[in-house]
Amino acid sequence: MFRRSEQDKRPQVQIFVDGVAVAARQGDTVSAALLASGVDARRSTAVSGAPRLPYCMMGVCFDCLVTIDGVGNRQGCLVPVAEGMQVEIQKGKREIGK
Amino acid sequence: MSGEYDVAVVGGGLLGSAIAWGLGRLGKKVAVLDEGDITKRASRANFALVWVQSKGLGMPAYTVWTVQASQAWGRLASELKQQTGLDVALQQNGGFHLTLGEDEFGQRAELVKRMHNQVGAADYKMEMLSASEVKRSLPLIGPEVSGGSYCPLDGHVNSLRTFRAFHTGFKAFGIDYFPERPVSAIGKSGGEFRLTTPEGELRAAKIVLAAGNANQTLAPMVGLYAPMGPTRGQVVVTERTVPFLPHPLTTIRQTDEGTVMIGDSKEDELDDRTLKPSISGVMADRAQRMFPHLSRLNVIRSWSGIRVMPQDGFPIYDQSETHPGAFLACCHSGVTLASNHAFEIARMVAQGALEPELVGAFSASRFGGAGAANNSGY
Amino acid sequence: MTVAPKREDYDVVVIGAGPAGLAAASTSADAGLSTLLLDENVGPGGQVFRAISSTPVTDRNQLGADYWVGADLVQSLRASNAEVIQRATVWSLDRNLEIAVSIGGASAFVKAKRVILATGALERPFPIPGWTLPGVMTAGAAQTMLKSSALVPDGRTVIAGQGPLLWLLAAQILRLGGRIDRILDTTERGNYFAALPHAFAFLTSPYFTKGLSMMREVKAKVQVVSGVTELAASGDGQLASVSYVAGGKRETIPADLLLLHQGVVPNVNLAMAAGVEHRWDDLQLCWSPVLDASGMSSVTGIAIAGDGAGIGGANAAVVRGRIAARAAVEALAPAAAAKLAPMAALRTELAKAERGRVFLDTLFRPSPQFRIPSGDTIVCRCEEVTAKDVLESVAIGATGPNQLKAYRRTGMGPCQGRLCGLTVTELMAQARGKTPQEIGYYRLRAPVKPITLAELAAVPKTEDDVKAVVRG
Repeated sequence: MFRRSEQDKRPQVQIFVDGVAVAARQGDTVSAALLASGVDARRSTAVSGAPRLPYCMMGVCFDCLVTIDGVGNRQGCLVPVAEGMQVEIQKGKREIGK
Repeated sequence: MSGEYDVAVVGGGLLGSAIAWGLGRLGKKVAVLDEGDITKRASRANFALVWVQSKGLGMPAYTVWTVQASQAWGRLASELKQQTGLDVALQQNGGFHLTLGEDEFGQRAELVKRMHNQVGAADYKMEMLSASEVKRSLPLIGPEVSGGSYCPLDGHVNSLRTFRAFHTGFKAFGIDYFPERPVSAIGKSGGEFRLTTPEGELRAAKIVLAAGNANQTLAPMVGLYAPMGPTRGQVVVTERTVPFLPHPLTTIRQTDEGTVMIGDSKEDELDDRTLKPSISGVMADRAQRMFPHLSRLNVIRSWSGIRVMPQDGFPIYDQSETHPGAFLACCHSGVTLASNHAFEIARMVAQGALEPELVGAFSASRFGGAGAANNSGY
Repeated sequence: MTVAPKREDYDVVVIGAGPAGLAAASTSADAGLSTLLLDENVGPGGQVFRAISSTPVTDRNQLGADYWVGADLVQSLRASNAEVIQRATVWSLDRNLEIAVSIGGASAFVKAKRVILATGALERPFPIPGWTLPGVMTAGAAQTMLKSSALVPDGRTVIAGQGPLLWLLAAQILRLGGRIDRILDTTERGNYFAALPHAFAFLTSPYFTKGLSMMREVKAKVQVVSGVTELAASGDGQLASVSYVAGGKRETIPADLLLLHQGVVPNVNLAMAAGVEHRWDDLQLCWSPVLDASGMSSVTGIAIAGDGAGIGGANAAVVRGRIAARAAVEALAPAAAAKLAPMAALRTELAKAERGRVFLDTLFRPSPQFRIPSGDTIVCRCEEVTAKDVLESVAIGATGPNQLKAYRRTGMGPCQGRLCGLTVTELMAQARGKTPQEIGYYRLRAPVKPITLAELAAVPKTEDDVKAVVRG
C-alpha cells in the first residue's frame, strides 16, 4: 500500500510484529512502520470484529489501536518505534491485564 | 398536540417511561411530556444496578418493595424483549460490595447486622464473606480486599438499552412521546388536567408527575409535596475488555458490551457539566486496589449526573387529595424499581388509586412538612 | 525520555505546537512570561508542519516552501525561553485553568494564568459506504506518513474529495515518486458560481497562484474526474474497488488505497470540555468557538488560536497565535507588550492572511450527500452505528446527540465523537427539520483523551475527595 522513498536515509530499527522481525526506520510511528512493512496489520474491532487499519494517523480516530510491549489499545500512530519493540495486532476486545 | 389522554406522564426518563409503558400495556391512551437533549437526566447517568443489598435501613417497607422489584425484573426484561427485540442484558446472579482493609470490613459487617435485625424488613439473604470466600467468585481481587458483603438477589442490566426499549415500546402501545415539552403549569378544569407547555396545552384525565428533582416544583401545582435532596455522582468508564467480572459490585460492573463502569461519588455540587478529577481519582484508585488488573485499562469517558433523591432517600409515591387523579412518583433507583413502576404503579394509576398496603409507606405525608435525615444507604 | 513540567504554575500554557501554538509560545516567552508548550506529537509542527525537525524528505522543493516556514517558527521557539514538552497529552482543562497532562504514562498538573488552546483541526468526517474498510484513509493520513516517514502510496491509489490540501498532497506524492491512479473531484459544480462574488479577494491572495500551479502540476500526470456526485468503497475485509458517479455515469475502478478529504474542521474536544461556548458556523459547516478579537473565549483566561478558532489556514494561525499571546502579555506584563508587534499591525496582518478564505469555503463547501449519509453507511466508527440506526432513534424521540448516545452509544467509543459528531448533528438536523445549532453537540468531559486507570488513580486527592466516595 505504501513504500519508502529512496531519499530516506534514517537508520533502521528492528521491531517484532506478532513475533516476526520487521524493519522500521528511526522516527517511524508504529502505525507507519506497520503500513510500510506490507504485513497484514488489520486489527479487528471490539464491537463487531470488523477489520480495520489506521484511518487518520494523527491521533483522533483510534483505528490504529495495537498492543505495544504487552500493553493493549495503544494508539500506534502516536508511538515512535524503538529497537526490539514487540507489537501485537489486536483481535477483538482487549484482554484485561494486557 | 390536541386530543385527550387518559394519562399524561410528566417526565420521560426511566421512571416516567416505565410507568407510561406500563399504562400503555394496560391499553391506556398515554402522553409522555419530556424535556430536550440537554437536561439533567439520571436515566443516562446511572450505574445500572438492579440492586437490593443495603437498601431500606429505616424503612422496612422499602426492603419489601425492592425485593419485589428485583423479582419482577425478569418478567419486564422478557416482555421488553418480546415487544421490541431488544435484549436488556439482565443478569441477576448475586452482587458484591467489597471492602478494603479491616475498618471498612467491620463497618460493612455492622451495616449488614443492622439490616438483618430490622423488624418487618424483607430477608435479603445478605452475608459477609471473607476475602478468600470472595475470591472463589471473583478470582481477580487484589490483596487489599478484606472481604465484602454478598446478596444473591443483586444484579445489573443495560440501563441505556432498557431506556431505549421502553421508548421503542411506546410506538407499539400507541403512546405519544413529546420531547422538548417542559411543563410550566398544571391546572384542572372541566374534570381534566391541563398542562402548559411551550407547544401549547395538553389535556388528560390523570397525570403522573415523574420529572425527577423537578417534581419539587411541579408537585405543589396539584396539591402534592416532593421534598428533594439531590446530590451529584461521578462515574468513569473504561474501554471494552474481554469479560472478567462475573458479578456486579456496588462500585464496579462490567457491561454486556465489555466496558467497565467505576462509580461513584456523592457530592453537593449540582453542576453535571463538570466533574472533579480528584474524585474520579479516588474511584479509580479503589477500583484498581480491588482488581489490580484494571490498572492498565484506559479510561475513555467519565460523566457526572444528578441523583433524583427524595430528602430522606426513600421513594415517594403519592396521590393528590385536592386534585384527584394527580399522582406523584419520584425516587432514586429508577433502574432497580423499573419493574415495579411498569407493573405495579402503572396498574394503580390506571385503576385510579394507590394501594396503601403496597405503597402507603411511601406517601410524602411521612415528612410532616419537614425534611428528615437521609438514611438510604447511598 | 520524558520530562514533567518544571513548575506547577505558569503565566501562559499553550496547548498544541502547530503554527498557532509555536507562534504563541515564542511570543509569550520572548515577552518574559513563564510559558509552557504542551504537544501530543513526537516533535513540533502540528499537522501542517508535521515532522518539521525530523523529516527524511530532504529535497526542499518536494514539500514546498510553505512547509519549510515551519522551521523558522521552531527556531524562534527554541531561541525563546518557552518550556516545551512533546508527547504530552492534555486530558483535562477546567474553568480554573487547571490542566492535567499525561506524559510518559504519568500525569502532571499545572495551573496557568492564561491558556492558549492551539489544538488545530482535524479532517471533516467523510462518511461514504465502505469508509471503514482497511485501505481507506484520510488524505491527511497519507500526508503525515509522507512528511514524517517519506512513505508514498504504492498500490492502485485513488484520491477523492476536494479542497486545497487534496491538491497539495497529490503534488507531494507525485514529487516523491508515489502512485496516484485517479483523482475524483467532488467539488459541486454550483459552488463555482456561488464562490464567484468572492473571487476578487481570492485572486489577490497568495493562495491563488500557488493553488493554480499545483493543480496544473497534478493534472499533467493524473487523470482527474470532476463533478463526482456519488462515491463508495467496497471490498471484503479490505478495499478492493471504488465506485463513483460523475456526469450521471457510474464507474467502478479497482483500488488498494482510497484517500479521502473534504476539508478540515476545528478540533473542539478540549475547548468544549473546558466549557467554551461554540456556535455552528453555517459557512464552514462546523462548530467554532465564540471568541473576541483577541481570541478570548467565553471561559475567562482561555484563548483559542489557529484552526481551532475557525478554519483560517496556517498563515492566519500564526498571526492568531501572536495575537492571543500579545493579549496575554498585555494582561499579565503590560510593560513588556511595548516590544511586541502592535495589535493593530497584527490585525492587519490577519486580515491579509484570511483574504480569500470565504472564496475557498464557498467553493469547497462539501456536498450534503458526502456529509449526511443514509442507510447502512457507518456514522460512528467506534461503536459501529449506521445512519439508519440514527434515524430510527430520531423516530422514537431522540432530539439531539446526547439522547442519541443513550439510545445507540454514538460518540461513546474511544474517539469521543471526533469522527462522528458533525455527521450526527447534521443528520439529526436534517431528519428533524432543525438547524445544527438547535440540535447541538455531544456534551464532552475529561478525560478528552484516554488515560490508564492507574494514571487517573494517581491524581492528588484530598480527604474530602475520599469521603465523597467511601461511604459504607
